Amino acid sequence: MDARAELIDLLRENARYSVEDLARLSGLEESAVEETIAALERDGVLCGYQAVVDWRRVESESVRAFVELNVALDRETSYEDIARRLAKFDEIQSLRLVSGDYDFALDVEADSMGAVSRFVSERVAPVPEVTQTVTHYIMESYKERGIEFDDGYDDDRLSVTP
Amino acid sequence: MTGPSIAERVREVPPSGIRRFFELAEEMDDVISLGVGEPDFTAPWRAREKAIESLELGQTSYTANRGMKALREAIASHVEKWDLTYDPDDEILVTAGASEALDLTFRALVDPGDVVAVVQPSYVSYIPDVMFAGGTALPVPTRAEDDFVLTPEALADAGADRADMLVLCYPNNPTGATMTRDELARVAEFACEHDLTVISDEIYADLTYTRSHTSIASFDGMRDRTIVYNGFSKAYAMTGLRLGYALGPSNVIGAMNRIHQYTMLSAPTTPQYAAIEALESCDESVEEMRTQYDRRRKFVLSRFEDMGIDCFEATGAFYVFPECPWEDASAFAEALLEAEKVAMVPGSAFGECGAGHLRVSYATGLSDLRTAMDRLERFLD
Repeated sequence: MDARAELIDLLRENARYSVEDLARLSGLEESAVEETIAALERDGVLCGYQAVVDWRRVESESVRAFVELNVALDRETSYEDIARRLAKFDEIQSLRLVSGDYDFALDVEADSMGAVSRFVSERVAPVPEVTQTVTHYIMESYKERGIEFDDGYDDDRLSVTP
Repeated sequence: MTGPSIAERVREVPPSGIRRFFELAEEMDDVISLGVGEPDFTAPWRAREKAIESLELGQTSYTANRGMKALREAIASHVEKWDLTYDPDDEILVTAGASEALDLTFRALVDPGDVVAVVQPSYVSYIPDVMFAGGTALPVPTRAEDDFVLTPEALADAGADRADMLVLCYPNNPTGATMTRDELARVAEFACEHDLTVISDEIYADLTYTRSHTSIASFDGMRDRTIVYNGFSKAYAMTGLRLGYALGPSNVIGAMNRIHQYTMLSAPTTPQYAAIEALESCDESVEEMRTQYDRRRKFVLSRFEDMGIDCFEATGAFYVFPECPWEDASAFAEALLEAEKVAMVPGSAFGECGAGHLRVSYATGLSDLRTAMDRLERFLD
């Protein structure tokens, strides 16, 4: 694995690794780690660093929903145009063009079910190209970005073994 | 009534050198143990799923004594990557862990008085197994100066040229040493010259970090005098499922099977289904675990270097074997355990030549490894 791939892999595993940790884990010099990460950020490969949160453990009123979106294109409008327009909304956490029965998959987050409903009906649905929305409220999350929630692990191995 | 008297060959085997240390560690809470020779990962999910499915289907009867044919075939394919070719019909035996395979070999091959050279530092079971079989163990020390690599000179110095058998384990527990093809070729030459049967424990063969594994059985003239061991405990994190295997000439495997069929009958069935799945579809999981071990290896070596603790670059298994900052590694390990609740195993547990070293396992999560290293650093200050 080259330095870029190794550091991407490590940061995807834990974006909070210090430069010192990254250097020790990869065998690179600290200066090389800093330079490579700076280059990855500059090139737009590393776009941000976020925490994966198990919201059940936090007193939070926020509501998340998964929204399917169908659109009708015309000669003047592309998927990109619609995506660019929708991506500006803060409520939309992720936006993807997908294959299958619908066109876009949205992750929407807002303070309440009412707020999510209003956002979908008043902001998303009225976009001229949008022909249909289907909203699925997320009731429980068990795994996110490869991390399984509540995956309690008790180390019951013998303390010392041959 | 004094009760039954224990057989002499059992009484002769001394208790484990780390027993006291082990008991001490068990009594304490919140110990970060770097003394564990066991993956902190769990077996790949696909393999576990297969085990569950086999139970759901009621596949709970004995298998063939030698192990399921499908598993033996999968093993034969798996070891081809190390240039090893074995006939699944009569050159492979599936056992309850590589430990059983090892015990069977000694019982099948050792006559009373036979001398078995054991390369040290070594896994603690080899010498007791030799003794249980009625043989005499001859320790062959390796040295930190040689990166714990076995040389013909070390073999000759120890008198192994007069031995009947030679036991080696590379990648090595406890040092983490591996051997290059050239280094092994010299040992193979020695074995052929002195007509030694070689017992090669290759349980860590999938866990090498700077070069791929070479099996001593792959050299000219070695296949017919070598019995190779491997299993699913380390690379597939299946320690508790107790499944291993031996590869060797049909007459030896046949003799081992003769004992196996009267004692174990067959290896447990459910793990055999899991093992077939592991071999056929879990390469990615093994690679992921190997990557994680490699990172931790680099991390630990780097921390030792910063602390001024000498440690050669271990390149296999999941251990490093640094020099102990104190002359008495047992005293050091106990003091570290009591003061900082970090368990490292004194090197002398693996043979006299391991004295003055510590075995540090990095089969532990990075966060605990970091804390353990911080505590060690504080202890040394």
